[in-house]
Amino acid sequence: MARHWRAGAAGLAVLGLTLTACGGAKVGDSSSAGSGSSGKCGTFNLAVNPWVGYEADAAVVAYVAQHNLGCTVSKKNLKEEIAWQGFGSGEVDAVLENWGHADLVKKYISGQKTAVDAGPTGNKGIIGWYVPPWLAKAHPDILDWKNLNKYASKFQTSESGGKGQLLDGDPSYVTNDAALVKNLKLDFKVVYAGSETALIQAFRTAEKNKQWVIGYFYEPQWFLSEVPLKKVALPAYKTGCDTDTAKVACDYPVYNLNKVVSAKFAKSGSPAYNLVKNFSWTNDDQNEVAKYIAQDKMTDDAAAKKWVEANKDKVDAWIK
Amino acid sequence: MTVAIEKPEQTETAEPAAPVKAARRISRPMVLGAIVVVWLVLFAVLRGKQTLTLAAADLTDLHRWINDFNDSIGANRNSNPLFLYFFNEIRLVIDNLVTFIQHLISQPSGARPVPEIGWLGVVGIAGYVSWAVGNWRVALLAVAGFTFFGLQGLWQESMDTLSLTLSAVFVALLFAIPIGVWAGLSDRFNRIATPFLDFMQTMPTFVYLAPLTLFFLIGGASATIATVIYAAPPTIRITAHAIRNVSKTTVEAADSLGATRRQSLLKVLLPMSKRTVVMGVNQTIMAALAMVTIAALINAPGLGPVVLQALQSLDVGTAFNAGLAIVVMAIVLDRVTTAAAAREENARNAKHDFAKWRRPLLGAGAAVTAVLIYLSHTYLWAADFPGDGTVGSHIASAADSATNWAQDSLSGLTNTIRDVITNGLLNPFQTLVTDSPWWLVGAVLVALGVVLGGWKSGVTTAVCVGLLVGTGLWSDAMTTLASTLVATVLVMVLGIVFGVWMGRSMMVDRLIRPTLDAAQVMPPFVYLVPFLALFGPTRFTAIVAAIVYGAPVAMKIIADGIRAVPETTVEAATSAGCNTWQIITKVQLPMSRSALTLATNQGLIYVLSMVVVGGLVGAGALGYDVVAGFSRGELYGKGLAAGLAIVLLGVMFDRITQAAARRATA
Repeated sequence: MARHWRAGAAGLAVLGLTLTACGGAKVGDSSSAGSGSSGKCGTFNLAVNPWVGYEADAAVVAYVAQHNLGCTVSKKNLKEEIAWQGFGSGEVDAVLENWGHADLVKKYISGQKTAVDAGPTGNKGIIGWYVPPWLAKAHPDILDWKNLNKYASKFQTSESGGKGQLLDGDPSYVTNDAALVKNLKLDFKVVYAGSETALIQAFRTAEKNKQWVIGYFYEPQWFLSEVPLKKVALPAYKTGCDTDTAKVACDYPVYNLNKVVSAKFAKSGSPAYNLVKNFSWTNDDQNEVAKYIAQDKMTDDAAAKKWVEANKDKVDAWIK
Repeated sequence: MTVAIEKPEQTETAEPAAPVKAARRISRPMVLGAIVVVWLVLFAVLRGKQTLTLAAADLTDLHRWINDFNDSIGANRNSNPLFLYFFNEIRLVIDNLVTFIQHLISQPSGARPVPEIGWLGVVGIAGYVSWAVGNWRVALLAVAGFTFFGLQGLWQESMDTLSLTLSAVFVALLFAIPIGVWAGLSDRFNRIATPFLDFMQTMPTFVYLAPLTLFFLIGGASATIATVIYAAPPTIRITAHAIRNVSKTTVEAADSLGATRRQSLLKVLLPMSKRTVVMGVNQTIMAALAMVTIAALINAPGLGPVVLQALQSLDVGTAFNAGLAIVVMAIVLDRVTTAAAAREENARNAKHDFAKWRRPLLGAGAAVTAVLIYLSHTYLWAADFPGDGTVGSHIASAADSATNWAQDSLSGLTNTIRDVITNGLLNPFQTLVTDSPWWLVGAVLVALGVVLGGWKSGVTTAVCVGLLVGTGLWSDAMTTLASTLVATVLVMVLGIVFGVWMGRSMMVDRLIRPTLDAAQVMPPFVYLVPFLALFGPTRFTAIVAAIVYGAPVAMKIIADGIRAVPETTVEAATSAGCNTWQIITKVQLPMSRSALTLATNQGLIYVLSMVVVGGLVGAGALGYDVVAGFSRGELYGKGLAAGLAIVLLGVMFDRITQAAARRATA
C-alpha cells in the first residue's frame, strides 16, 4: 500500500513540474537590474529617529545616496539615545536631525569621542507653547503669556487638579515647562501626555470641537500644515537665561538643528559622508516632504523621489 | 496570551481545621472594614504629610548611581574581555540564526533578489506542518491565514516577523525546557527560579531595551534576546508544572522496575507531560508575538515598524492593517499548537482506522510541499506575492472610517463616562493613597496582606513596601496603584458580566471568544489613537487600554469557572424554584469562587503590564517614568527604578491574591 502512495506522490510531483515549467519568469532571469552596483560607497547606516520630520530627512538623503551615489542604504529605526550609542559600535553612521541634546553631546562627542558634529541641517527648531487656531482667533490676547492666568480656569481638565492644564508630550524633547509654570507664577499644572501622538491627537480634537487646550509643541512639524497652531509668546530668550533649569523664566531658544556622524564615518572618505555634510534645506522643504508622507500617505521613497525631482539644483549642491 | 503568573495550585494542603475557618469567615470583613475606617480617620488628620513626592525631572541618589553605572559599561564596551569574548559570541550565534531564517523566507539572499523560499513554498510548508502536527482543519486555517498576509500587502513584513518569532521561540525553548524540567524535579530550584521568572515577565521591556543594545548591539540578536526574556518564562513554569503533576504512583512504579533517574525522566516523566509542555510552547509563541511592536523600537524588522511608523502620523488604518496581520498570525499559531497538544492526547487514546493511511499521506504531502518549495525557489510568480495588497488598503480605509465615525458620534458620551469615573472613583481613591503619609499606606497594605492572604503574604507585602520606598518613587507608585486597582475593578465587573454570559451559553462563548483573542494579541499601539480621540490624554484613557487587554483573560477564566459548576447542582436549584438571577448569584458565582480569585489575579497582572503603554497616553506616574527613562539618558536610572517599582507592585498583588485564592479553595 505504502509503495502505491509513494508512486502516486512522485507522479504528482512530475505532473506539477511539467505543468508549471512552461509558465512564468525564473528568478534571476531579468531581475538582476534591481540590485544595482554599490560602487565605492558601500553600506551607509542611517539612523531614523521616530518623528515624521526626521523620516523626511532620512527619506531624501537615503534616496540621493542610493540613486546618485550608488550606496546600499540601511535605515535603522531607533530612538535618539540608542542611535548615538550605535556610533561607537559602528552600527550607525549618521543622525540627521539633532535637537540640542546636551547630555548626548557631552557623553558621545566630548566624552567617548565616538561622534562628531557634521554641521547644521538648515532647519530651525522652535519650541514653545501653542494653542489651536480657533482659540487664537476668538481670544487674540491669549497669545501673550501675561494673560494666561486670566483663562486658566478654562483649561481645567480631569487631570489638572483644579488648575489649568498645560499639556506636555514626548519625554524625549527638552522641556522646562514645570519650572516655567512655577517661575512665571502661572495657575497651571503640567500634565504629561507621554507621546507625540497623544499631543497631536489632543490638538486635533481641540480644533475640531473648539476645546481649550494649551500645550508644548514645536516646528518644523507636519501637523502644523493640517492645523496651524499659534505660538504663545513667553518672556523673550536671552543667552544664558536657561542655564539654571530650576530658575528658567524665559522662552526656549531657537535650535539650529544639526547632523551628527560617527567619528569613523567622518574619516572614511565615503561619498555618503560628503552628502550628509552638505545636506541642508529649509523648514518649508522638510514640511513639504513630511506632508507627502504623513498626509498624502506616500511611501518614504515615493515622497523623496517627488521632492528630489522637483529640486534638482538643491540636490546637485549636496553631491557636487 | 501569557499566563503571567502560575495558576494557584488547586490541591494545596488544606488550611486549618473547620472551626477556625468558620470563626475567620465572620470576622474577616469586619477586620477589613476596621482597617479602612482607621485609615480614613488617620488620613483626615495627617493629609499631605510625608507623602514622598518627587517631581518629574528630579532624581534621587539611587537613580544617579544607576546612570553612572550604565555610562561606565557603555564607555568600556570595546575593551572589556567579557564583551569581547562572551556577549559578542552570543550575539554572533543568534544574529546568524536570525539572518539564516530571514534569507530563507523573508529577505533577499545573496545574489537573489528574493528569499530562498517564496510565498507559495511558505504557504505549502505552513499547511503541511499544521496538518502533520495538528489536523486538516488547522491546516486550512494556516493556508488561509498565510495567504491573507500576502493579500494585505504585508507578505515580506509578516515573514520578517515570523522569522524573528521563530528564532526567539527556538532559543527560548532551548533554555526553557531543560530549566523547566529541573524546576519540576527540584523544589529548591523552583523556589529560587520563581522570583526571576516573575521579574522577567513583569519588568517593562522598555527598561532593558537600551541596555540590551549596549550588550548585544542593534540588530536581530538584541530583538531576539528581548523577546526571549519575556517569552521564555511561560514554558519554564508550565513545564515544571507538568513534570510535577505526573502521578507519583507511575514514577514509583518505574522506580520499582529498576529504572534509573535518567530513564524515568526520559521514558516516563517527559512523555507523560508532553501535552502540557506543548501548551507552554503555545504560551511562549503568544508572548513572543506580543513583543513584535516593542522590539521594533530597536530596529527589529517586520510588522512592528509598520505599526510604529503609522502611529507617528496618526494613521490608524495602516496601523490596524498591520496589527490585524499580527492577530491572524497569533491565531493561526495558537490553533495549530493547541491542535498539536490535542493530537498528543488522541494519539494515545484512540487507534483510528485512519492511522494506517496516515504515513503514506504524510509522504505524499511532503512530496507536494517539496514541489511547491521548488516552484517558489525558481519562478518569480511563486516567489513574490502577486498583486499590490488592495485588500490591505480596503481594510485600512474601513478602519479609518470606523474610527472617524466613532470619534464624531461617541465623543460626548465617552467624555461623560470618563468624567464620572475619574471624579467619582479614581480621584478620591488616588488622593487617599497619594496624600496619606507613606507609612500609613504601607501599614494598611501590610494589614490587608495579612488579613487576605495570611502572615506569609503580610511579610512579602512589608518587604515590597520597603523596597518601593527605596526606589524613591513612592508617590508615583501610589498613583499607578490607584489607576491599576480602578482598572482591575472595572475588568472584574466586565469579566463577571461577560464571563457568566459566556459560561451559561456555549453559543455566546463561540461568538465572543475570537474577539477576546484578537483584543489580547492586537498591539495596543493600534488602538491608542482612537482612544486618545475619544478620551483625550488622561489617566482614564490608560485605564481603558488596560481594560481592553485585561478583561478578556478575566472573562475566559470566569466562563470556564461557571461551566465547571456541576450540571446537577444547577438542575437541583432550578427544580427548587430558583429563577435565573438566583441561580447565578446564589449557586454559580459562589461555586466558582476560586475562578473569580484567579481572574482577579490575572486581571491585575495584565492591567499592570499595560502601565507603560498608559504612560504614553497620559497616565503619568510610573509608566511615564519608564518611557522617559527609555528616551533620555539622564533619566535612565529613574526609569529603571520605576520598572522595579512596577515589578514590586506586581509581586505584591500576585502574592496577596494567590494566597487569598488558596484560602478560597481550601
